[in-house]
Amino acid sequence: MAKRVGMEVGIAAAEAVGMCNIDMAAVYPITPQSHIAEHLSEIVADGRIDAEFVTVESEHTSISCVSGASATGARVYTATSSQGLLYMHEILPIVSAMRLPVVMANANRAISGPINIWNDHSDIMPQRDAGWVVFFADNGQEVVDMTIQSFKIAEDDDVMLPVCLNMDGFQLTHTVELIEFPDQKKVDKFLPPRKPFATLHPDNPISMGTLGMPEIYAESRKSQDEALKNSKKTILKVWDEWEKMFGRSYKPVETYLAEDAEILLLTMGSMSETAEIAIDELRKKGLSVGLVKLRLWRPFPFEELKAAVKKAKLLIVTDRAVSFGGSGGPVFIEIKSALYHEKERPLVYNSIIGLGGRDVQVTDFMKIVEDAAKAGEKGIIRDYEFYGVRG
Amino acid sequence: MKKKKWPETWQEMNPGCMVFEPASARSYLTGSWKAQRPVWDDSKCIKCGICYIFCPEGCVSQDEKGFFRADLDYCKGCGICAHECWPGAIEMVEEG
Repeated sequence: MAKRVGMEVGIAAAEAVGMCNIDMAAVYPITPQSHIAEHLSEIVADGRIDAEFVTVESEHTSISCVSGASATGARVYTATSSQGLLYMHEILPIVSAMRLPVVMANANRAISGPINIWNDHSDIMPQRDAGWVVFFADNGQEVVDMTIQSFKIAEDDDVMLPVCLNMDGFQLTHTVELIEFPDQKKVDKFLPPRKPFATLHPDNPISMGTLGMPEIYAESRKSQDEALKNSKKTILKVWDEWEKMFGRSYKPVETYLAEDAEILLLTMGSMSETAEIAIDELRKKGLSVGLVKLRLWRPFPFEELKAAVKKAKLLIVTDRAVSFGGSGGPVFIEIKSALYHEKERPLVYNSIIGLGGRDVQVTDFMKIVEDAAKAGEKGIIRDYEFYGVRG
Repeated sequence: MKKKKWPETWQEMNPGCMVFEPASARSYLTGSWKAQRPVWDDSKCIKCGICYIFCPEGCVSQDEKGFFRADLDYCKGCGICAHECWPGAIEMVEEG
């Protein structure tokens, strides 16, 4: 039977991994991911699951270690955050190029400097081109559900790619929420043991991670790009199956009161729930406003995003990272370029918010939308803004 | 049909560029890189085997008389064998 419990989301993430029949995990603890590392090591040490927990000395090693195990056919897991993810950066594109279905949680945290342990998305954004499937969860329930889904998606023969599940550090990882844990038997049915496409084994020697000469490098990159784009089909199929078995729906782009809205706000991660309240308040004040939540960051859901925003007059993209010297935040850059060839497209504004743990409240979203609405009515083309910055 | 040296199109790439044929690196003849080749003077050779030990390519082997030769299909012409050979039995000779 599914059971509902009040639990800290970081602990719940580890509990969800404990339901996934993993063979091995290598996790180096870093705030605000530490509770995932600690609790998963407890689950293994207490003998609740039959898995190896490798205590490594760094994130460079944790990602390398799980990749090696994945190549032997094991189901593997790791988790990190911020500087830890940046330390993995060298290995991340190798994991995807080798088509290893590693599942990793990232407890989103700002990157240094100045040194800051609090929440924003500046750790994951520099990993944009690493070739991973990248998800964002809005709340604790989604963290649990998407952790289980991630293994099924990553390991599918039609995907064979690593998955990074993002959950906002502290705002999610350290918040106690009411979470429904699915029944273990149903999870086992949904997620059978891994059937690897190929494994490293002395009885049947193969090579992985080989040299690619100029004659084949471009073809290998093209095939990887196609593989990542193609993974969306499996993602949709797995989410459909999840909904049928567990009743909760997941989509690459989700909307809230967006169908008839003239103004749309776009968010990712835990801020989406605050933004929904702001949308309600703004609707009460008579504004035609709705919310677009981006759950799937890579492969980018172009069709779904275009369909969600094409009727709006104004789209306000929020970013929680800075692309220094660029034309706006990374999400904004992606979306603006995606809409360039569209005949029907809204004006697109960009507010960079919630950096390094700066609180974003309902009133902040309301102010962002109301200010943008005034400029949008006049058709003013706007540059990106650091919302609420002093000076 | 002539065996392809590499996949013609991106669709033919194995996932993750996996190679299912063991020891396939052998089919890539790195000997084509060399500009010089090692030539042994067996009258100076004391059969110590230091050339065999130091060859980074592992392409030096001992013949039935106990003298050493490089497999020129894989010798890159780096000259380490000649540098290490203390009796001075190996000379690097220009290719061509």
